[in-house]
Amino acid sequence: MRQLAAIAAFAVAVALLPGLTGSGVVLNIAIMTLYAALLGQAWNILAGFGGQFSFGHAVFFGTGAYAAAVLQARFGWNAWATLPAALALGAAVGAFIGTLSFRYGLRGSYFALVTLAFAEVFRILANNVQFTGAGVGLMVKLQPGAAHFQFADKAGYLHVILAFVVVGLLVSWWLKHSRYGAWLQAVRDNEDSAAALGVNVFAVKLQAIMLSGALTAAAGVFYVQYFQYIDPSLAYGPAVSVEALLGPIIGGLGTIWGPILGATVLHLLGEATRGLVSSLPGVNLVVYGALLVLMIMFLPRGIIGLVK
Amino acid sequence: MIEAVSLSKRFGGLAAVQDVSLLVHPGTITALIGPNGAGKTTLFHLLSGFLAPDSGKVILEGRDITGLSPHVICRLGMTRTFQIVQPFAAQTVRENIAVGSHLHHRGRREAIAAAEEVARRVGLHAQLDKPASSLTIAGRKRLELARALATGPRLLLLDEVLAGLNPQEINEVLPVVRGIRDAGVTVLLIEHVMQAVMNLCEHVWVLSNGRLIAEGAPREIAAHPQVIEAYLGHGTAERLLRAAHA
Repeated sequence: MRQLAAIAAFAVAVALLPGLTGSGVVLNIAIMTLYAALLGQAWNILAGFGGQFSFGHAVFFGTGAYAAAVLQARFGWNAWATLPAALALGAAVGAFIGTLSFRYGLRGSYFALVTLAFAEVFRILANNVQFTGAGVGLMVKLQPGAAHFQFADKAGYLHVILAFVVVGLLVSWWLKHSRYGAWLQAVRDNEDSAAALGVNVFAVKLQAIMLSGALTAAAGVFYVQYFQYIDPSLAYGPAVSVEALLGPIIGGLGTIWGPILGATVLHLLGEATRGLVSSLPGVNLVVYGALLVLMIMFLPRGIIGLVK
Repeated sequence: MIEAVSLSKRFGGLAAVQDVSLLVHPGTITALIGPNGAGKTTLFHLLSGFLAPDSGKVILEGRDITGLSPHVICRLGMTRTFQIVQPFAAQTVRENIAVGSHLHHRGRREAIAAAEEVARRVGLHAQLDKPASSLTIAGRKRLELARALATGPRLLLLDEVLAGLNPQEINEVLPVVRGIRDAGVTVLLIEHVMQAVMNLCEHVWVLSNGRLIAEGAPREIAAHPQVIEAYLGHGTAERLLRAAHA
């Protein structure tokens, strides 16, 4: 119950942010932080709670983004209507990859490599198929108005991405307090023991990758509405896959608040280094890398591990 | 209760289990003993669904369960522990046991309550909030037992629950195992600690080189010439007999 109260307090505090500052820069940082947190939350379901480390979550992100972009640009769907379709497609891609990998018992680095390979395959496909606009990418028509998932000011986008993140928080809370969550964490810690205790290991992992895929696809839909453009390397490139895993690893794997904490630290750090040494583009990536190494050496349980 | 019908399993050139048939009666504690490498753990894997046999059948309470997955077999009322303890290290003792009790309790609160009840039965209630990784070997063995019990089995396969324990710890666990049987759970155990086998079991099966070589009451087994040879080497039984007469 205390956690639910904390989630409610977090939602209210962030929702009031636009009232405190009209600064587009600040709100943009908040939006991009929440967007990274959402990716992290989705990745955390599969890796943090389920122990299956994906290195290619872009495959779900890109699928969600392209589902929204194609349905809007080619078929004239309303942007909101593309959301359930994108979630379903993200889950379906998860089911496909999950069935192939888990049926044949791929674990650890082998599973990571398979997800990475799938993301690359999807990127090459998107690059070569006319349907997705190939290498040129797809633009979404400008249609301002909340009914079209487009907002004149940043506050609207902030509230939408905040709602997604709150859903992610509630899913994480549920994993900590439900039978399914207990089974998923048992599978993470020891598959044989879990099976001996009556846990259907394959089904539990498959459901986790579908849930994770659907939530990642939601981030893809948001991305398309925010930037109104998508192309194959934005959608399926490794940057998204890395962004998804950095936050939870730095914040705390398999925890409710880890992804948000990690994303916040990374984005503030990224902004600070960009401000300090603007003459060296890409220096924020160097800082990320150094931070990751330090975290794994000294704080393997993430920033949350400091508190507990 | 459970019956193996001419089970065989080969790993390449190694015949790990050959044509093994055995029967465990309901309400008993039965032991499976044998020298290292005799195929005891492989036989457990075959019975509990972790390995599929090359030939033969496994019958649980009259039902053919050959080739079913471990989680399905667990739902049918049979579960097992592992020789090398495998706790969910990142979780507390309470959470570990609750994974087992969730099998029959969907709600978190009921599962936790059932887990605490089981912890009392095996003497782990003082450690409910500790992370499983902080338990001693004796504690981890109890945890294996508790998790398996929490699934509410009618038949429990215990793979060396006493290995690695000191004599005092063994004496603490023996009544726990007897209590499990008294609560109506049939027990089949693999054990090297002969004191425990003599103490606990009504019936013993002896496996050597993948084959069953003897069965009977513990006292009969201890005097069985083939069993002595399996443990101490060819010709030993005869030499011992001659030494006794001389």
